[in-house]
Amino acid sequence: MTNPNPGSPDKEPATEAQAAQNALGNAERAETATTPKQPTPEGRPSLGRLFLDNLWAANTFTVTVLSLVLAMVVGAILMIVSDPEVLATYSYITARPSDAINSSWTLVSEAYGNLFKGAVFDPDAVGFTAALSPISETLTYTAPLVFTGLSVALAFRGGLFNIGAQGQATMGVILAALAGFLLPLPPGLHLLVAVLAGALGGAIWGFIPGILKARTGAHEVINTIMLNYIATYFLTWIIVQNGIQDPNRTDAISKPVDASAQLPRLLGDNLRVHAGIILAVLATWAVAWLLNRSTLGFELRAVGANPDAARTAGISVTRTYILIMVFAGVLAGLGGSQMVLGTTAAALTPLVVAQIGFDGILVALLGRVKPWGVALAALLFGALQAGGNRMQSYSGISLELVTVLQALIVIFIAAPALVKAIFQLRAARAARLQTSLAKGW
Amino acid sequence: MAVDNVAVAPVDEGFWTRTRKVGLVLTALGLLAAVLFGALATDQQARFTLSEDAAGAALAVNGTLGAILFGVVALAAGVAMLAGLPKRWFTLVLTAGLVGFVLSFLCWQVSAAPAGQNFMPLVNVVRGTFILALPLIFGALAGVLCERSGVVNVAIEGQLLMGAFSGALFGSITGNVWVGLVAAAIGGAFISLLLAVFAIRYLVDQVVMGIVLNLLAVGVTGFLYERLMQTDAERYNSAPRFSSWEIPLLSDIPLIGPALFRGNIFLYLGLLLVLVIHIALFRTRWGLRTRSVGEHPTAADTLGVKVLRLRYRNVLLAGVVAGIGGASYTLALFSFTKNMIGGKGFIALAALIFGRWSPTGALLAALFFGFADQLATYLGAINSTIPSQFLAMLPYLATILAVAGLVGKVRAPAADGKPYIKG
Repeated sequence: MTNPNPGSPDKEPATEAQAAQNALGNAERAETATTPKQPTPEGRPSLGRLFLDNLWAANTFTVTVLSLVLAMVVGAILMIVSDPEVLATYSYITARPSDAINSSWTLVSEAYGNLFKGAVFDPDAVGFTAALSPISETLTYTAPLVFTGLSVALAFRGGLFNIGAQGQATMGVILAALAGFLLPLPPGLHLLVAVLAGALGGAIWGFIPGILKARTGAHEVINTIMLNYIATYFLTWIIVQNGIQDPNRTDAISKPVDASAQLPRLLGDNLRVHAGIILAVLATWAVAWLLNRSTLGFELRAVGANPDAARTAGISVTRTYILIMVFAGVLAGLGGSQMVLGTTAAALTPLVVAQIGFDGILVALLGRVKPWGVALAALLFGALQAGGNRMQSYSGISLELVTVLQALIVIFIAAPALVKAIFQLRAARAARLQTSLAKGW
Repeated sequence: MAVDNVAVAPVDEGFWTRTRKVGLVLTALGLLAAVLFGALATDQQARFTLSEDAAGAALAVNGTLGAILFGVVALAAGVAMLAGLPKRWFTLVLTAGLVGFVLSFLCWQVSAAPAGQNFMPLVNVVRGTFILALPLIFGALAGVLCERSGVVNVAIEGQLLMGAFSGALFGSITGNVWVGLVAAAIGGAFISLLLAVFAIRYLVDQVVMGIVLNLLAVGVTGFLYERLMQTDAERYNSAPRFSSWEIPLLSDIPLIGPALFRGNIFLYLGLLLVLVIHIALFRTRWGLRTRSVGEHPTAADTLGVKVLRLRYRNVLLAGVVAGIGGASYTLALFSFTKNMIGGKGFIALAALIFGRWSPTGALLAALFFGFADQLATYLGAINSTIPSQFLAMLPYLATILAVAGLVGKVRAPAADGKPYIKG
């Protein structure tokens, strides 16, 4: 795993190798004998050696991959125990074990095969559109998750736990949609205004817990949870109001967003991938710059690391808290706005935001609360989502399995000690999740 | 509250004490009620019947008069607080003021209802309040057990859901309602076990773990629901249900009799648990230890309390309680559907916080939220102009106000959410 943030407090590879070497010395394994002795503690081993040492050490990358493997194993078990036909073959497993193994293998391999085909590439696909379709789907689902993931990650770095990305995205989607079908504006400007409206909605919803935290000390976790639900009820209320609800429909759906406010598609009309993914990459870059290169980012990280010390150093903690939550809200609001301005939907419905806010929490954790890590994690979650759709329609495996996989991956990466114990990994720096978290209400 | 917040929160001294601030809000509410509700109310009689329909004994009041009168009560309470009320009267006067505001609101709504519907059947309202509050009570008690020993429980939603699911599944398979109940308790405890192991053993952040576990519970139950229950509902999703038990004599008490003494096992169990946990928490050795572990684990450890073991036990117990709460859906009311808890777990969390981490407080908060929920149903039935969504927001708004210090001091156990590392 490359280290995308030179300014982050992560240890450099050299110290990492050192830790692995020390661990080797402690654990008296057979391979220790073959390891060449380091002449000086500062000496760097060869690159190949370093790679091998780190491959099976509990570093971020290995833990992430193994977490994915573990989650898929648990998912496979769930598939098998919930399939009566396959389960029936287990009743005579002692007599004919091949039956049980074959049927289980068929079930699981087919499901995961479809997951892969839906997310990355389908070897049977013919033609340009069909071949690119899985990637297009993956990127479509990735884009909003990048934003909500960044929202949660940014707040994390400032020592705040933003569970409210869901609510901020909801307010974002509402304002973006309203701007999208109420304002008669020329193309281009209309899109810009709609996107900014989404950002504004999120900013307002981020500002509330921010100022409450800064002024009264009210815990942002509680307030953001509550605001999520308030936003959800506000959404269900506003959809059915006159002038907002689609006049041709009796169910809860708003008018569609004008074409002039929709994000342009990137690869023709048959593929859903839209300009949101470009915005997502730009946002990742911007957040990385903000965190690691700007004064505000420095203050933010200082407050996150130790608010008392930051205050002593002359940083206004209250101002920083408010700014963090507003920025987090802007990001989540932008993510939400894509749910109506993008290609997944064009009108408000009660479920228009899906789960992007809650998924954003998982994405941020999986990305180790670093901007480019978050982008990669969002890509993985987007792929799971896109592949899950195909898995559902082709193998009849419910989309809920994707939620299970996502939750399990994060559970495993959050407890690297567990993964380490299961796979007997060598000690290295543990995946650092607990820092700046682990505090109560 | 975390230590860093203490310095941020301004010390509330000077003229604008908490009583005066609350008084100001209450005065505004009273004014709003007396003027606006009074103006909007009609001259119809607003009847509050002591039965399930329009018949029978009733408290009746002219709509306009009632709305203004009760608004003035709220106003008076607010003014009294502004004038500098002694602290010991605070709760009483606040309650009177809020009740006045609610009654004024009801007078307006009931009197403005379509002709022939100008009545509110109080029995229905009280019973509905308890039914809707029930899962909240179980959930909030689960929160009390966890958080008093210093483990944040955001996974209440997941525990309720898992309890509802396994209660339905195993109740259906065995056809035995008691097996379903035990299975529900185990289901809730399973989520708790994950929370305990990861939070206590692997020191994963407890809020993070709670959120992830909620998603896991939604995923697992949703997945198995589609695979098993939807394909063969007869076999996997037709759990037997507990019938109502009527307690003789007590059930004949007007108003509260039908609500409190004609319920199913979950109602009695829930109320009993509030009492038991309250006594256990404040009167027994276990309770003292639990509270000390939640406030200052190091001190408790020094005195020989096994901090981690106690935390494990309490978190598991919380899962059992929440699991049974989940079964109060599937073993009494409905068959299982995907994500059927639908945010009740988070309202339970709100009730826990609003009730200041105490069992009785949680009960009152849960009843308040249940009442809001029931009121939304009632107002929908009489075609009220008040959108039900805004009433549904009430629990969440109330909690935000409470946490922000507007309705009293809310303080979590000091060590809540902090993993304990011996050493």
